[in-house]
Amino acid sequence: MTDASLAAAPSAESLFRRNLRDFSRNRLAMASLTVILIFVLMAVAAPLIAPQDPNETDLFRRLQPPGWVDGGDWRFPLGCDALGRDILSRIIYGARISIFIGAAVIVLATGVGILAGLAAGYLRGWVDVVISRVVDILLGFPYLIFAIGLMAMMGPGLLNIVLALAYKEWVIPCRVVRGETLAVRELEYVEAARALGAGPRHIMWREILPNILSPVIVVSTIRMAHVIILEASLSFLGLGVQPPTASWGSMVSDGRAFILEAWWVSTFPGLAILLLVLAINVASQALRDAFDPRFSE
Amino acid sequence: MSLGKLLERIIQLIPVLLGVSLIVFVMMALTPGDPVQIMVGEQSITPEQEAELRRNLGLDRPMVERFFIFLAHAVQFDFGNSFYHGRPVADVIAERLPATIELSLVALIVALATAIPLGVVAAIRKNSVLDRMATVGSLLGVSLPGFWFGILLIMLFAVHMQVLPVSGRIGYDNEVAAVTGFLLIDTLLAGDIGAFGDALRHLLLPAITLGLPMTAILMRVTRSSMLEVMRQDYVTFAEAKGLPRRRVLYRHALKNALIPTVSVAAIETGSLLGGNMIVETVFGWPGLGRLVVESIFLRNYPLIQAAVLLYAVTYVLLNFLADILYTVLNPRVKL
Repeated sequence: MTDASLAAAPSAESLFRRNLRDFSRNRLAMASLTVILIFVLMAVAAPLIAPQDPNETDLFRRLQPPGWVDGGDWRFPLGCDALGRDILSRIIYGARISIFIGAAVIVLATGVGILAGLAAGYLRGWVDVVISRVVDILLGFPYLIFAIGLMAMMGPGLLNIVLALAYKEWVIPCRVVRGETLAVRELEYVEAARALGAGPRHIMWREILPNILSPVIVVSTIRMAHVIILEASLSFLGLGVQPPTASWGSMVSDGRAFILEAWWVSTFPGLAILLLVLAINVASQALRDAFDPRFSE
Repeated sequence: MSLGKLLERIIQLIPVLLGVSLIVFVMMALTPGDPVQIMVGEQSITPEQEAELRRNLGLDRPMVERFFIFLAHAVQFDFGNSFYHGRPVADVIAERLPATIELSLVALIVALATAIPLGVVAAIRKNSVLDRMATVGSLLGVSLPGFWFGILLIMLFAVHMQVLPVSGRIGYDNEVAAVTGFLLIDTLLAGDIGAFGDALRHLLLPAITLGLPMTAILMRVTRSSMLEVMRQDYVTFAEAKGLPRRRVLYRHALKNALIPTVSVAAIETGSLLGGNMIVETVFGWPGLGRLVVESIFLRNYPLIQAAVLLYAVTYVLLNFLADILYTVLNPRVKL
C-alpha cells in the first residue's frame, strides 16, 4: 500500500462505519433486510424445511385449495397446482432459482463491469472508445427483448439465463465505475501514487477501486431486484428454467389457465416475487441514502 | 440547439444502429440448428433442392457478406418469409404492429394521467398521508411483476366483478373493418360508438398493467422535481408578490417541474416495448410482442430477428428523441 492510500484509509473506514450506522438505524430497511434473510435461509435450507417434495405429483390433489379454505388440507397449507404438487414447497424451492440467478447475474455483471469500467475510465484512449461503443450498443436494446433474443438462440436452462441477463447487465456497473474513475483519476491521491511509480494495474485496483466501491455496491443491489423480475418474466414466458424445476415465474404461468377455479396457484408465487423484490428495493434505497450522500433528502 | 449539433447527434446514431444490427445478426447466425432444416421441417427434399435453398437464402456465402446482405435487405424492410405464415415477415409484423402501438400509447396516457397529478399533490402535501401513500404506491409499482399484476387484475375485474373482458382486443359481435389497424380509430371511423367503448374496455386492463412501472417512476420524478422547483427563488418571489398559491403552483412551478417528467416519459416509452411481450401474453393481446413469443416456440427465426431489430431500432430512436426533447425543453442543457 502506498503512503497516499495509507493516509486515506482511516477516514474512509470511519465514513463507512458512519454510513453503516445510518443504514442500521433505518427500521424499514432493517425489516426489509430481515425479509431478504428469511428468503435466503429458505433457499439454502429448502430440503430441510419444505413440507413436501416439490415435484411429487398426485392427481387426487389436483387444484386442492389452501388449508383454510373448504376442501383444503393443512399438510398442503397453500394448496396444490394442477398436477397436485404442493405450492408452498415449490415456492420454497423456487426461492433457490430466483436468489441464485439474481446473485449470480449481479456478481458476474459487477465483476465484468468493474474491469471494463476501470479500464475505460483510467486508461482512456482506444480502450475507452471501444468499451463505450459496446456499452452504447447494448443500451440500444430493451433489456427483456435482448434477453428473449438470446434465450431464443441459446435455448432454455439455468446457465443460459444467467448468461443472457449478464450479457447486458454488466453495462450498468461499467458506466458507474467509468464515471467514478474519470472523476477520481486526477485527484491528489491518485497523482501521488503515480508519482511514487505505481503502475496502472496497482492504481486501478488498490487506489481507485476501494474508493469508488460504495456507489457500485449500491447500484448492484438496486439492480438485483430488477434481475429477479426479469428472470421471473423469462420463466413466465416459458424461456427460463424448465419444468419440473420450480421457479416462481413459471408457477404463476402454470396457474393462468385456472384463474377461474383456483386463484391460489398463481397468487402465492407472485406474492413471493413481490415480497422479495419489494424488500430488496426498500433495502437498496436505504443503502443508497446512507452511502451516497447525493441521494439523501 | 444548433443544426450542427443535431446533425452530430444523428451521425453518432449510425454506429449504434450498425452495432445493434450486427448483434441481432450474430444472435441468429449463431443459433444452433441449420436454418434450412428448420425451414423444411418434416418434408423430405433432395440434396439439390437443399443446395438451391441454401443458395437462395445466401447461406453459402461468408459471414461478413451475409451481414451486409442482411443490412441491405433490412433497410428495405425485407426480412424474408416467415417460416410459419408462409408470407413476408414484414407483412406479418405490419399486421400486428398497430395493436402494439395502440396499447403502448394508451398505457403512456394512463401513466401520465395518473403520475402527474399524484406526483404534484404528493409534493404540495409533502409528508402527508397522501404523500406517504403515493410513495408506497410507487415502490409497489416498481416491485410488482407485470405478469402477476395483470393476472390479479383479470381475477378481480374480469372473473370476480365481471365488469371488464378477460382478453382480446374487441368482442366478436363488435368487430369492424380494419382501416388503420388502430381499433379506437377504426370503430370511430365506422361510426360505431358501442364498438369503440368495447375496444376501450378491452384496452383498459392491459394498458394499466403495461403502464404501472412507468406510472411509479414518473410519479417519483414529478414529485421530486416539483419539490425542487418549489424551493426556487422565482416561486418564493411569485408568492411574495401576493399571487394566489394555486396560480403560483400551477402556472409557474408545474410548467418547469414537468420538464424532467416529459424527458423521463420519453425514455420510459422505450421500456414499454419490453413490457408489452409480457402484457400481450397475459391478456391474449394480438400484437407484436405476443407474436415474438409465439415465434420463439415455433423457431420462426426470420420473424424473431426482424422483430428484435425493430424493437431495438425503435428503442434507440426513442432515446435519441428523449435527449433532443430534454435539450429543447431545457435550454440550459447543451448537447
